[in-house]
Amino acid sequence: MSAVREIEYRDALREAMSEEMRRDKRVFLLGEEVAEYNGAYKISRGMLEEFGARRVIDTPISESGFAGLAIGAAMMGLKPVVEFMSWSFSLVAADPILNNAPKMLYMSGGQFGCPVVFRGNDGAGGQLGSTHSWCVEGLFSNVPGIKIAIPSNPYDAKGLLKTAIRGSDPVFFLESERMLGNKGEVPEEEYLIPFGQAKVIRSGTDCTLASWGRPVHFCMEAAEEMQKLGISCEVIDLRTVRPLDIGTVVRSVKKTGACVVVDQSWSFGSPGSEVASQVHRHCFDDLDNYVHRVHSADVPTPYATNLEQEYLPNARKIAEAVRSATYNL
Amino acid sequence: MAFVARRLFPVCTDYTMTSLSNPTAGGTSAPGSSQSDVHAKVYGDAEHLQIPAAAAHVSTEKMLDWFKQMLLIREFELRCMQSYQEKKIGGFCHVYIGQEAVAVGCTAAVEHKDPIVTAYRDHGHALARGMDPRACMAEMFGRIGGCAKGKGGSMHMFDRDNNLYGGHGIVGAQTPLGAGLAFGCKYIDEVIEGKANSRVSLCFLGDGALNQGAFHEAMNLAGLFDIPVIYVVENNGYSMGTAIARGTTMAHSLITKAAGYGIDGYVVDGMDVVGVYADMKSIADKCRATSRPAFVDMRTYRYKGHSMSDPRKYRTKEEEEVFEKHDPIGRLEARLKAAGKLTDESLKAMQKDVRDTVRDAVTWSDESPIPPMAELYHDVFVEPWGPYTGSSQPQMNGGTANQPSMRTIDTKEELS
Ligand SMILES: Cc1ncc(C[n+]2csc(CCOP(=O)(O)OP(=O)(O)O)c2C)c(N)n1
Ligand SMILES: [Mg+2]
Repeated sequence: MSAVREIEYRDALREAMSEEMRRDKRVFLLGEEVAEYNGAYKISRGMLEEFGARRVIDTPISESGFAGLAIGAAMMGLKPVVEFMSWSFSLVAADPILNNAPKMLYMSGGQFGCPVVFRGNDGAGGQLGSTHSWCVEGLFSNVPGIKIAIPSNPYDAKGLLKTAIRGSDPVFFLESERMLGNKGEVPEEEYLIPFGQAKVIRSGTDCTLASWGRPVHFCMEAAEEMQKLGISCEVIDLRTVRPLDIGTVVRSVKKTGACVVVDQSWSFGSPGSEVASQVHRHCFDDLDNYVHRVHSADVPTPYATNLEQEYLPNARKIAEAVRSATYNL
Repeated sequence: MAFVARRLFPVCTDYTMTSLSNPTAGGTSAPGSSQSDVHAKVYGDAEHLQIPAAAAHVSTEKMLDWFKQMLLIREFELRCMQSYQEKKIGGFCHVYIGQEAVAVGCTAAVEHKDPIVTAYRDHGHALARGMDPRACMAEMFGRIGGCAKGKGGSMHMFDRDNNLYGGHGIVGAQTPLGAGLAFGCKYIDEVIEGKANSRVSLCFLGDGALNQGAFHEAMNLAGLFDIPVIYVVENNGYSMGTAIARGTTMAHSLITKAAGYGIDGYVVDGMDVVGVYADMKSIADKCRATSRPAFVDMRTYRYKGHSMSDPRKYRTKEEEEVFEKHDPIGRLEARLKAAGKLTDESLKAMQKDVRDTVRDAVTWSDESPIPPMAELYHDVFVEPWGPYTGSSQPQMNGGTANQPSMRTIDTKEELS
């Protein structure tokens, strides 16, 4: 067994891409500032040097164009990885990523798949305001034909991204600028993490906390707080929302009888509401209370610090929801 | 369809402009200097405009006013950078240093009633348009006194009273809006009020925005529908770390893009405020009279990084120095001094004035309260509905159900 190292989330992403590019020449990376600038967030640092300009490609600010180009290339049998500097900018590419990629296989009767990975920063950064703070899983998880991964730590980020690149279907890979510098244990040896497998990252008996991406960390904080009050929380990191491993959540709720879903996207028609709905269905007789949800406030993202903090899910709000769900208010 | 793509003014080959060596001259310049190599590297080897003769007729008062506006913008931006370091400003913040002549000259060339819309590098346009520096700074401080109550931030400056229709954060987003503003003006005048169109709209964009699909659709619409909008490309040679020629075809002759849409294209030296004014005045007058769009390749340079976190490794110090030598403020200063209209004393007084204004903006913003929590739920709808009826979480504005905690957590109490 080799030594376990700690690396940053951004390094985990780069390792996943580089390893897959080494093993498969069909894989290439394109996006704004990914090559010569080493990536706006330095995720692709050094990749131009290793793979050259034919495989690590700087694009103009033309999201619709290069997203569509990647889809065409994927139909041709290549395996593009497209970096959106932010998922907020993917909205100008809505047609290719939502109308082409997810439907190509279906509407061609199985003839043309789209093995393309779109990846980039998702969610509020820090006072980036209304246009730059999108949690696109709220929108995009509604669309059949896309797989969506939202890893919360370096280990998952690497394993899931390798799976995404190696797969044969379109994947939306949602990272968070706020987590790129987070360190975590990532083994030297190769591993892949299958989609649709949630992970119980803290076990408990009184309330199930289900989340994905950055808010998982807020859940862990809240669970710690709750422990002090004698409320034992089980925290589940879903890791992918499409496919959704509802089984792991259901098994937990059957044990705890209470559930709080934490989702940074808006509440209306969200992955959070989907999880809650499924838990209600499968755990109807096990729940002592309805499934509580913590989301961003149902307004555009504000700029001012105090408003943004109140807008976003946080440990305090999660704790409040846990207390309510477990009748400990 | 007939179209013309041409330059309004005679062209010379040396962008560095005669005005530098001879501030009042309007004639043909000397052949390119060593500086033009750097310039060519940034912009391609385009032919460049020079100040038209009209510039000579600008009054001293006007020039002094523009000079002061540019000083104000620069001082303001320097304080922004400082405030960003001090963490009073958050998020993305893009300063306008180096490009002052563009906003100042362009706003001077149109009337106050003419709408303006721009991208996220928007503080200069806001100030040139007349926004109170206090409101601009307080917006970035996230305070209630900001032009958008602290809800928009640096990238989203709006000012209805001054006909500023926003800074817009998504690259290219403002370009169809610009067409829409002009369309709206024309519609109001011609369809509703039954008179000739009286307004032109200025839509600023970065060179990087040329590569957004939205821009091309907007240009086609503007050309097709005779929309009096002027697209001013603030061509500072870079979009983030990408030099224009690495991201844009025909970088050396952007006006060819306008030609494709049947829109007149012009190249203007954006480092000279008097030239910007004179060129833009002619262009705007023509747009107003003909109710047609125009496209301007406005050659400029941003001295600082793209945003606060850009070490500018993609370009050389030497290149920056070349442009700083052609500083729009320095050039006008030299010109005014040569003409005896500015002395060291009057300059000092002006600088002090500007410093005081900006210092006051900072102090005022520091003292402006943070937005009350109720602001989180205000301005979502003009006509909000309510009170909360209980089937789902979302509910905006008004009524008693507006406690912040109730908006975000689906608690039992919320249902009662
Ligand atoms: C659609 C979209 N893609 C990417 C970005 C990120 N981004 C912000 S500014 C910028 C560069 C724009 O350069 P340019 O248009 O030349 O304007 P400048 O910054 O030079 O003023 C990029 C890539 C964005 N805001 N919107
Ligand atoms: Mg630019």
